Amino acid sequence: MNFLVETGYWLLRVVAIVKIALRALRRNKMRSVLTALGIIIGVGAVIAMVGIGQGAKSQVEAQIASLGRNVILVFSGSITRSGVHTGWGSAGTLTIGDADAILLEIKQVVAVSPEVRRGIQVSAGNQNWFTTVVGGSASYFQIRQWDFAQGCGFTEQDVRGATKVCVLGKTTAEQLFGDEDPIGKIIRISNAPFTILGVLSSKGLSVMGTDQDDVVIIPYTSAMKRLMGVTTLRSMLVQTAAAEDLETVRTQITDLLRQRHRIAPGKDDDFTVRTQEEIAQMATATSRVMSMLLAAIAAVSLVVGGIGIMNIMLVSVTERTREIGIRMAVGARPRDILLQFLVEAVTLSSLGGLLGVALGVGAAKIIAWKAQWPVLISPESIVISVIFSAAIGIFFGFYPARKAARLDPIEALRYE
Amino acid sequence: MSAVIQLEDVHKTYHTGEVDVHAVRGISITIERGEFVAIMGASGSGKSTLMNILGCLDRPSRGRYLLDGTDVSTLDRNELADIRNRKLGFVFQNFNLLSRTSALENVELPMLYTHRRLPSAQAHEKAFRALQTVGLAERASHHPSQLSGGQQQRVAIARALVNDPPLLLADEPTGNLDSRTSVEIMGLLQRLNEQGLTIVMVTHEHDIAAYAQRNVVMRDGQIVHDHSVASRLSAEAELLRLRAADQAVKLAP
Repeated sequence: MNFLVETGYWLLRVVAIVKIALRALRRNKMRSVLTALGIIIGVGAVIAMVGIGQGAKSQVEAQIASLGRNVILVFSGSITRSGVHTGWGSAGTLTIGDADAILLEIKQVVAVSPEVRRGIQVSAGNQNWFTTVVGGSASYFQIRQWDFAQGCGFTEQDVRGATKVCVLGKTTAEQLFGDEDPIGKIIRISNAPFTILGVLSSKGLSVMGTDQDDVVIIPYTSAMKRLMGVTTLRSMLVQTAAAEDLETVRTQITDLLRQRHRIAPGKDDDFTVRTQEEIAQMATATSRVMSMLLAAIAAVSLVVGGIGIMNIMLVSVTERTREIGIRMAVGARPRDILLQFLVEAVTLSSLGGLLGVALGVGAAKIIAWKAQWPVLISPESIVISVIFSAAIGIFFGFYPARKAARLDPIEALRYE
Repeated sequence: MSAVIQLEDVHKTYHTGEVDVHAVRGISITIERGEFVAIMGASGSGKSTLMNILGCLDRPSRGRYLLDGTDVSTLDRNELADIRNRKLGFVFQNFNLLSRTSALENVELPMLYTHRRLPSAQAHEKAFRALQTVGLAERASHHPSQLSGGQQQRVAIARALVNDPPLLLADEPTGNLDSRTSVEIMGLLQRLNEQGLTIVMVTHEHDIAAYAQRNVVMRDGQIVHDHSVASRLSAEAELLRLRAADQAVKLAP
């Protein structure tokens, strides 16, 4: 009971001292804000960094998933050991025969779709739109796990016959037809009329940051013969039955293609095989480097901010030496003085932290809006930042506060 | 009834560099409740050191100091702070008020550090009453910069009184004031002393010391004279005399 009463009195005293500290900060508003600036920037950087990093991560994960399920990509051209890549996708070393062979000879492979693509002007009625025309097989939609919003895809027969049918991505459909129903209508691709069979559901941005829905998909045979006049493939998508097969299939594809392309042992591949996972790693590498950089800036900024607080607190202690002397003369204990200055430092740093959170969230939102980069700000990162900045206040405020508390009241009262 | 101050062979030596400064060399003195003592002496006589010891701002190197019955010579810094808070009121030459803080809040300051704090409404009331005692109630919200020297010293006295200490220590309380205001402040101290407050005052001015009951003269860290004041001045009478003189000046053509 007595203990509770004592604790109550102690709390009253702490509250009173906190009030003194807050008043001292309010008196020097400009100085307080400038002092906290380091922390504001540091925490702002942390919040923005974490927000952007997590946003990028979630986006990449979604994009990797949007590639399809259990997918291996095979590109024309290769990346040599020195890192120079020779004609990736353009040289055209892959053929339709390669695609057929992979499907036939590797038993874990359930589907293969060749892929050719080119940017082409398409039109419907009086509407024009520059989009990417992709040639794929009938299984392209299944491999990429791409559902139809309306209509359906083309068939094996369409591919064999190189018929003039197409499927529109959501963006293309909106650009050319607006609210109209495009099914059964005709679009002209390089003046060749194609009948619209279906419209795909939305997939959003790709790993490269392009709009995956800004697309027209036609049978690869039609694309190669009628539109592009090419005989080789840019790339192909290979789907395996299970995720565990990916690695073995990858080696089997490499072996098969080396054999088919008659590449002597020791020579570089003229193609590149990538699993979904590898693509994910490549995509996150950039954002990881950026996160590290931002983290370094944030760490430096927080330390500098802490030193700034320590510096100003030391100045403040010197400036207010006489005040400290007066307080001690009328009965302030060393620990009361310590608490007063510590509270000032912690208030500075945690207010800095809160402002930094606001700044970071704002910056992240602006980046998200300007750069079309998704931002995910977790409540945890906010709570941790504020706690961390308060900790900085305690760490860097302790030395000045202890200096104040250790002042000799006689000397302090005499201080001019 | 015990003495308010009881010093028994108190020494204070400062170790500054190579030389030891023996500032106080064996002082024994007893000051009873209700006394008004002026400590005098040239600079370097050790009176400031003695004052610091009496004020529990410093501890004696040797000897015993009983303040209001408590031996304070062995207490640590925190305990000394509590003693200063409860048993002592300080008045300084340069007032030592917190700037940019109202008179009332300055007076409340000691209550902030009292172990068992009063609720703020009661603290305000008590501080206001202390300001009334020194005749400054109507200036409660003024800041020190808006007050004259004499008024600032009154605020300081109110601050010294607010925790009802048994002892008031005044270090050259009139050192920064003109003679008229000095007399007014001495009048206030005499009035408080008549109400039972024990006052110890350091001064080097003989005419100010003459307002006290007892004069203690120090030299070289020792007490050389300790006597009661034979022809004690009354500040009230002195003020009346000054006013009469003013009138005379005004009446003169």
